[in-house]
Amino acid sequence: MTRARTIALIVFVVLVAACGDDGGTATTTGGTGGDTATTAAAGGEATGPITIWYSNNAQEIEWATAQIEAWNADHPDEEVTAQEIPAGETSEAVIAASITAGNTPCLIYNTAPAAVPSFQQQQGLVALNEFEDGASFIEERGGEAAAQYQSPDGSYYQMPWKTNPVMILYNTALFEEAGIDSENPPLGTYEDFASTAATIVDSGAAEAAIYPSPTSQFFQSWFDFYPWFAAETGQPLVVDGEAQFNTDEGKAIAEVWRQLYADGLVPQEESQVDAFAEGVSAMNSAGPWAVAVYTDVEWAVVPPPTSGGTAAEDLSTFADGKSVGLYTSCENRGTAWEFLKFTMSEEADRQLLEITGQMPFRPGITDLYADFFDENPGFLPFAEQVERVIEVPSVPNSVEVWQTFRDAWSSSVIFGEEEIDTAFQQAADTINQLASE
Amino acid sequence: MNQQTTTAALAATANRQPLKKRVFGEHPIGYAFVGPYFLFWLALFAFPLVFAVYIAFHDYFFAAPGAVVERPFVGFENFATVLADPVAQRAALNVVIFVVINVPLTVLLGLVLAAALNQALPLRAFFRASYFVPYVAASVALIAVWLWMFSRDGIVNQVLGPLAPNPSWLVNRFWAMPIIALFATWKQLGFYVLLYLAAMQNIPHELYEAAEIDGAGTLQRFRSVTVPGVRQTTTLVVIVAFIVGANFFTEPYLLTGGGGPNGASMSPVLLMYQKGIEQGNAGIGAAIGVMLAALVMISSAVIYRVQGRD
Repeated sequence: MTRARTIALIVFVVLVAACGDDGGTATTTGGTGGDTATTAAAGGEATGPITIWYSNNAQEIEWATAQIEAWNADHPDEEVTAQEIPAGETSEAVIAASITAGNTPCLIYNTAPAAVPSFQQQQGLVALNEFEDGASFIEERGGEAAAQYQSPDGSYYQMPWKTNPVMILYNTALFEEAGIDSENPPLGTYEDFASTAATIVDSGAAEAAIYPSPTSQFFQSWFDFYPWFAAETGQPLVVDGEAQFNTDEGKAIAEVWRQLYADGLVPQEESQVDAFAEGVSAMNSAGPWAVAVYTDVEWAVVPPPTSGGTAAEDLSTFADGKSVGLYTSCENRGTAWEFLKFTMSEEADRQLLEITGQMPFRPGITDLYADFFDENPGFLPFAEQVERVIEVPSVPNSVEVWQTFRDAWSSSVIFGEEEIDTAFQQAADTINQLASE
Repeated sequence: MNQQTTTAALAATANRQPLKKRVFGEHPIGYAFVGPYFLFWLALFAFPLVFAVYIAFHDYFFAAPGAVVERPFVGFENFATVLADPVAQRAALNVVIFVVINVPLTVLLGLVLAAALNQALPLRAFFRASYFVPYVAASVALIAVWLWMFSRDGIVNQVLGPLAPNPSWLVNRFWAMPIIALFATWKQLGFYVLLYLAAMQNIPHELYEAAEIDGAGTLQRFRSVTVPGVRQTTTLVVIVAFIVGANFFTEPYLLTGGGGPNGASMSPVLLMYQKGIEQGNAGIGAAIGVMLAALVMISSAVIYRVQGRD
């Protein structure tokens, strides 16, 4: 190739690349939402057909199909069509890519609260409080706990939909085999928990006392540290831009887990099977989905332990909630908002409970759906926590915040390679910086 | 002197050719033939590469079409952040560990196995296919087998008994990376064996016969005829193995649960995924990618210069 041709090619590639900065609209204002494109006003009154995405969970598909059929029967001009969230590494990665491409549907059921700040920064979400009845609807349905889902700018970029309060499940047969009272197991305090864990493993009843995933993914701390931290403090990981875990309470939890790992009561290696279902572990951190999954195991449920053995009705746990997002690429936002409210009604929530076994995010469900819980008492301990659940904090750089915490937890607790004080201090400093950006 | 004059005259004639001819050459129709692939290359390789460089120099994140967002130019800040990050430093070290184990093993085993499979062995076709199966099999399925083999209660530890490492292989800071490198070597080996086999079949038989007449034994024929005869292929194998080594992702993502234990098997591409995709820091992710691409290009050029020239 001659020099002239080489130069021509390079210039061409650079020019094409320079023209490709997604629409050339990058300017110099606001970085985290609040722009007109994210408000309901941009299309809040428009009605017409819409598309939604839901998860690939069979029960949720059944629930969504029922809602869509009911809606479409009464709204022929505002037809809702649906599909599963396209397959990808994670739903969040798919949604983020879809926002960038501008082809998100109007509503996505199963939007992870931890991903909402990122989607908001991408200006992919509509602020629901821009609808006239937006904030009031969310707060009336969700009660006081709904405030956790507000972004730092005071807006609601998500409709808190359902929650899966994380509790400690224990295998009653294995407990009895280990000589532990399975009716009232000593699991209320940290000391009780550690002692019971040692008894289980020493007796040979199970290989592991409890078996949370020890891997490095950012979300894994939601099932070891966070339920205990929520139970002990009633606080999320970050409040007002300040990390809350670098305290005596947070470090006490870390010390308990570090000792459990050091004593070999909790494995450092990821299980290749469902450890609780296979009897490899005697306990598990799980939400109400466990009722349908662990049908071959005799199990009961207790809340996460606290330093003082707090009663279940006085403590909190991790919400493990999922929200619904209304996305900015939606043209018929009026229909989307009305359909969203339709699927959050008392009747729709009853169907959600009955079909999926997941808890609708609304206070008083034990009274509202008392007949369901009478018939299905296994769900009751989870339902009783709904009003006090603690969600992941809605802060900037949410995923990076959790990855930072997970890395500190891995190094100081799971593998014991670093002192807890040092690891937590460094993580807290980093998180304070990330959360305040 | 006359020859120099003629060459200069030809060069001058070439320079006097019309611009159109100088740019498009003697046969412009050739561009029509390469056009479709050129567009493909432009869209999927050249544009993303140049755009990644742009992203690496900005505080960049992906946003909805039409979104008004701030993405200021930050110079080398993203690169400085990456270079100062202990996780990125560990990931870079892991590439070195991976390459140090993977490349020599690949070349050695590839050569030896190809030489063996080039002989008139019984079941030769079966063995050739056997070595190639891991290369074409899905990584996820193979990793499931390796997880089973190298887990705490896996078959490897059962065979080793008291000699098994504690903590076990995949959660052991010392062993996690060597296991990943061994896995990658085993999985890719069939491809390199195939390359070597093709190269060996191009070595003239006369050379082996001459060596034999000169009294060379099997080992000496291998060393003096086969190894030099596949030298260009060895260069290719080293470069490709290096590129694969610099880009390993699936193994730490699945085999060691996200770069574990405690980041000991983190790779630059996994870190790029975490930063750029999971955490939305496209600028940081792109900076890692640009540095990795530069490292691969420079290293490949050095390998080619050192080893590839006849």
